[in-house]
Amino acid sequence: MDWTMWVEWIVKGFVLCLILLTGFAYLTWYERRALARIQVRVGPNRAGYQGLLQPIADAVKLIFKEELTPGHVYKVVFILAPVLTVVPSLVLAAVVPLGTSFNLFGREITLYVADVNVGILYLTSIASIAVYGIVLAGWSSNNKYAMLGGIRSSAQMISYELTLGLSFVTAIILGNSMNMIDIVNEQRGLWFVVIQPVGALIFWIATLAEVNRAPFDMPEAEQELTAGYHAEYSGMKFALFFMAEYQKMIVISMILATLFFGGYLGPFVDQVPLLGPVYLFAKVIILLFGMIWVRATWPRIRYDRLMSFGWKILLPLSLAIAFITATGILLADVLNNQLFFWSIPVVSIIALLVAVAFIYRDLRRKSHGRI
Amino acid sequence: MVPLSWYLTLAAALFSIGLFGVLVRRNAVAILLGVELMLNAVNINLVAFWRYSDALTSMGGQVFAIIVFAVAAAEVSVGLALVISAYRRRNTVIADELDMLKW
Amino acid sequence: MTGAQIIFIVVALYTLGSALMVVTTRNLIHAALWLVSTLFGVAVTYALMNANFIAVVQVVVYIGAIAILFIFAVMLTRKDMRDSGPQMNKNWWLGALVAVLVFAGLAFMLSGWSGFSKVAADLPSGFDSVSLLGEALVSPQAYVLPFEVASVLLLAALVGAVYVAFNRK
Repeated sequence: MDWTMWVEWIVKGFVLCLILLTGFAYLTWYERRALARIQVRVGPNRAGYQGLLQPIADAVKLIFKEELTPGHVYKVVFILAPVLTVVPSLVLAAVVPLGTSFNLFGREITLYVADVNVGILYLTSIASIAVYGIVLAGWSSNNKYAMLGGIRSSAQMISYELTLGLSFVTAIILGNSMNMIDIVNEQRGLWFVVIQPVGALIFWIATLAEVNRAPFDMPEAEQELTAGYHAEYSGMKFALFFMAEYQKMIVISMILATLFFGGYLGPFVDQVPLLGPVYLFAKVIILLFGMIWVRATWPRIRYDRLMSFGWKILLPLSLAIAFITATGILLADVLNNQLFFWSIPVVSIIALLVAVAFIYRDLRRKSHGRI
Repeated sequence: MVPLSWYLTLAAALFSIGLFGVLVRRNAVAILLGVELMLNAVNINLVAFWRYSDALTSMGGQVFAIIVFAVAAAEVSVGLALVISAYRRRNTVIADELDMLKW
Repeated sequence: MTGAQIIFIVVALYTLGSALMVVTTRNLIHAALWLVSTLFGVAVTYALMNANFIAVVQVVVYIGAIAILFIFAVMLTRKDMRDSGPQMNKNWWLGALVAVLVFAGLAFMLSGWSGFSKVAADLPSGFDSVSLLGEALVSPQAYVLPFEVASVLLLAALVGAVYVAFNRK
């Protein structure tokens, strides 16, 4: 424990925060441009080359906006809530490995901030703290729309957290560890998305609900709740909520890439360790495009259907997936037959098709008015 | 190194504070808050005994701490459901005012 | 006084202070938030005892689920934002007396026990309590039966809570 270690930790944490903050700024630009493309518009292209300075202009505008604190709010909690939303989204990234390690001035520098042996549980615990920001923002605003938005949002996040946890279990079983670095190393031969495509899909859907993205953006449904839990927020405090949402999008794409898409792995990553972050970054950009694409094309789900989708379809499906994965690995291990191992993706896809059939039947019944 | 007695004293103090909350609060939700404090005190004791007696040979203390987590979750979900149900019928959650045996 | 002892004292005072605020604050939402703070202190206490898994599970289960349920219940069971009327019953001094007596009794009983000021043995480096715990939970020689009973209890509680809180038209 010499002082250089502390310096290394502080520098790494600082760099990670900076990556996330600039990532947030450029993610807004990326999303607006991609959305515009899909909707046959141009998008922001005035400030700088291709509109690349647009995020900076937005930031300046938000900072100089007047900060209103409505008179009827609970001051302390009102100010605490945006902070409680942003901080978890920043510290989540600490356990995600960005690469292996490289030598700098004869000193081995690892490309991750923390090596926690219960890394995945750490992720779920931090994600569960993030609920507080939203529920407290809704409560302290002292406004019924904000309160409804807060309650909706926290109910949604808690419900989808179960599914999220179970898809984490799938990755834990496949990787045989709760440490994210070990999980990435297990994927050297084969990405887990090949073995468990349904698990990755469920994880992705659950994270969309966790970060309140379309089509699950009920908490801020403008048409029915004015703006949900952040109706009373303005200026920089509003920007913090915005920031938290986009940072969580980035971090959750990083986690998905790490758990199912091989993380920093790619060709020549062992020879040139600095390629690791580049590969991870490329994977994150592709996954983020998926999120933006969904937002551009899917309508918002009605709230009761959102809840029944979470509890009646996703939760049983994710339980089945965890069970199938565990059974497949156990059978392949005991009977020493790789065929059972390869039955995991096949049986999981059959389970997914059964779930889709249930949704189809349910929707058809509803449209014929026989409930 | 911290001796076992410190953890046990912390747990005893936490338990007493929780007991105080259960005995004196009027709001049913606040009473449940006190029960949570008492359960946490028990868990500190369980983990402390695991750490100080047989950390290497058995995991009994941690296993029972996890079972206490499960019991606490069950207790809170049923307890708060009862409170909400009572609030719906009687429009109050003050424990003293819920004094009719049947309504 | 070593570093570990100072950390323990700070954490313990923080936990107990938050716990006192839980039982004395008038505003129930604030009481629930102080409960979150207490639970966090308890999680740090577990981490001090090298029980990493329990510490993280404490955050997931207690802070992430149970305390949120409390905040929900407080929000759903009030007519306005203020807490009117006395929050404690008129025998509060009796309750305080009982609590102090319980603490004194516990302290007296424990101080007579021979293992009271035991010091923990150092854990070997690389000691992985998580995998040991996982094996203990599902091994038939150890605790598989209580584990399964706990899962049945959770299922029963889930069904019971839905049934009790369901609004019959």
